[in-house]
Amino acid sequence: MAQAPKIQIRNLYKIFGSDPASALEQVKAGMGKDELLAKTGHVLGLENISIDIREGAITVVMGLSGSGKSTLIRHINRLIEPTDGQVLIDGEDALLLGTEALREKRRTGMSMVFQKFALLPHRSVLDNAALALEVRGISQSERHKEAYVWLDRVGLGGYENHYPHQLSGGMQQRVGLARALTSNSDIMLMDEAFSALDPLIRSDMQKLLLELHVELKKTIVFITHDLDEALRLADHLVILKDGAVIQQGEPQSILTTPTDPYIEAFVSDINRARVLRVRSVMTPLNQEITYAGDVGPDDTLESLITLSDGNTSYNFRVVEGEIPIGQIDMKDLVKALVPRVSAAEHQPL
Amino acid sequence: MAYYDSLFNGLGLRVWCDAEPGSANVSMASLLAKTNPDTANTGPVFPFPSMDELYQACSSFPQSRDFTAAVETGFLNIKDVLKSVLDPLTQPLSWLLEFALFSFLTTPWWIIIPLILWLVWYVCRSVNIVAFVTLSFVFLGFIDHLDAALQTLAIITVCTGICILFGVPIGIAMAKSNPLERALIPLLDLLQTLPTFVYLIPLIFLFSVTEPKLYGIAIIVYAIVPVIRLTNLGIRLVDQDVVEAVNAFGMSPKQKLLGVEIPLAMPNIMAGVNQTIMMSLAMVVIASLVSAPGLGVLVLRGIRNLELGVGLIAGLGIVLLAVILDRVSKAAIARVSSGQTYR
Repeated sequence: MAQAPKIQIRNLYKIFGSDPASALEQVKAGMGKDELLAKTGHVLGLENISIDIREGAITVVMGLSGSGKSTLIRHINRLIEPTDGQVLIDGEDALLLGTEALREKRRTGMSMVFQKFALLPHRSVLDNAALALEVRGISQSERHKEAYVWLDRVGLGGYENHYPHQLSGGMQQRVGLARALTSNSDIMLMDEAFSALDPLIRSDMQKLLLELHVELKKTIVFITHDLDEALRLADHLVILKDGAVIQQGEPQSILTTPTDPYIEAFVSDINRARVLRVRSVMTPLNQEITYAGDVGPDDTLESLITLSDGNTSYNFRVVEGEIPIGQIDMKDLVKALVPRVSAAEHQPL
Repeated sequence: MAYYDSLFNGLGLRVWCDAEPGSANVSMASLLAKTNPDTANTGPVFPFPSMDELYQACSSFPQSRDFTAAVETGFLNIKDVLKSVLDPLTQPLSWLLEFALFSFLTTPWWIIIPLILWLVWYVCRSVNIVAFVTLSFVFLGFIDHLDAALQTLAIITVCTGICILFGVPIGIAMAKSNPLERALIPLLDLLQTLPTFVYLIPLIFLFSVTEPKLYGIAIIVYAIVPVIRLTNLGIRLVDQDVVEAVNAFGMSPKQKLLGVEIPLAMPNIMAGVNQTIMMSLAMVVIASLVSAPGLGVLVLRGIRNLELGVGLIAGLGIVLLAVILDRVSKAAIARVSSGQTYR
């Protein structure tokens, strides 16, 4: 945590329109998105975004369509130029890079996975996966060797000589993932990478991504509109609405203490038992209670309900490694399952 | 006297009008009017104020024949400058056409025909098409039209080659630059809609009729349009998601053009080439008016001398060539596209 963030986004603004500079002044003077559109015809894409993206962590940016999340991720590799603000990568301002330096950064420093896969239809799966190395000018035998390794790792061994259109959507996105991994860059940008996939395949891909992340410790920026996906993957969760960050932080804390009605509405729909972890609900140790058993801090509440067989009179001791760090009362656990918004509406009898 | 007299009088131009009477050409109508004064004023009640009508009222006003004469003298004045620039620039075209005609005709038939058949096989890998081409050439040879057909083929080969050589880069430049596209589209529209004979008129003044480049230029200018248009379209239609992806991986513009955009635009470019070939063939017949050799000459002979059989058989030969060129290039398109069907 102490180390400097891998990517720092500082006061980033993006305004779409014919004269973004003057529109920017009006936005900074406090004009809202709707007013700006009505008065000047400019669209406020991003408004004063500041995010620290930690090295080796998965940062998930979540928001509904139109919230500016895809615009935001394209500022990191400058597929879109900002109107104002800074994007620091390893402390260096990416917006000051010249054409050549930017191209070099894209070639070696970051890779990207796209919602619509965006594979080259006229090239084999192997050549697609080797794209990043080809762009760098690495010899064919060497880049194919590397591509073979990663295609195999994402479960596509044996499909190297197929063409993208011969594969299913899920397999095509595995190629997209292999293409990003073959580039062997520190940063991976994933723009709604799994949104176009069936729920089951999406779940498989999330699992694969988490496994790869444990192994490779890449800095991943993941864009999604799906809260379940966001909570499953995120180390750090950023919630965007209408181009502005409305809450960011550790996903469990966002879940338990949403600061905005918009987020409350969001989190009320999810299966909290599966997402919330013991750590978020546990209380400090109280020696006078007898425990029904020991649980880990990262167990889900769902697993505790199974363990207690639905009996709310139990208490469990939370143990991290060998050290007891807290306790959890099944009554607290059940209360935590009810979203705060409805808890406020229905006063206890 | 004339209907518009009062107009010139009203504007106080009478003096200017009568300044140099009779210096302009005398039109047939005014001659008739002089010999037959009774009919002088029996024209329409309110005649359109055309140049000739105004001339009747004011003899200093130019006649419409002066207008066409001015265009002609204007062209003749710049002709020498234009010729001194265009002549050396287009000279290679003459050489190329002469060389192609010479080599197509002097190569023995038992070499050139197998060569063509091999090329057809190489391009489309279809037994049916090769068989059809074989039969067509055997037929053309049997009725002694092989040389004429080969001359036509030679001209088309050279002209289509040059169209592709210039058309594809122009199309790519157009796809990359919106101002260039806006500027070129009206020009392409003009080239496509000008009646084919109209191309020939200024060219005859510029170049000698004995030079092959005369018809070469006419064919190229006419046939280059579709390959430019469809290259532009093809590059613009490349899936923008794919372009964004290769940008994200840091491809340089050159890598992107050669590795992604041209391959993905290839079906469209090939469709443009197909159109260009067909339009060259259409023009090569008309160009026989300005000494382009080949089947067109026979068609022309059929028209001039009313030799029905000669004209029809030559026409049939052109149809055969057209079908061959169309089938072969379409088969090539199908082969290019087959690797790309996706989604």
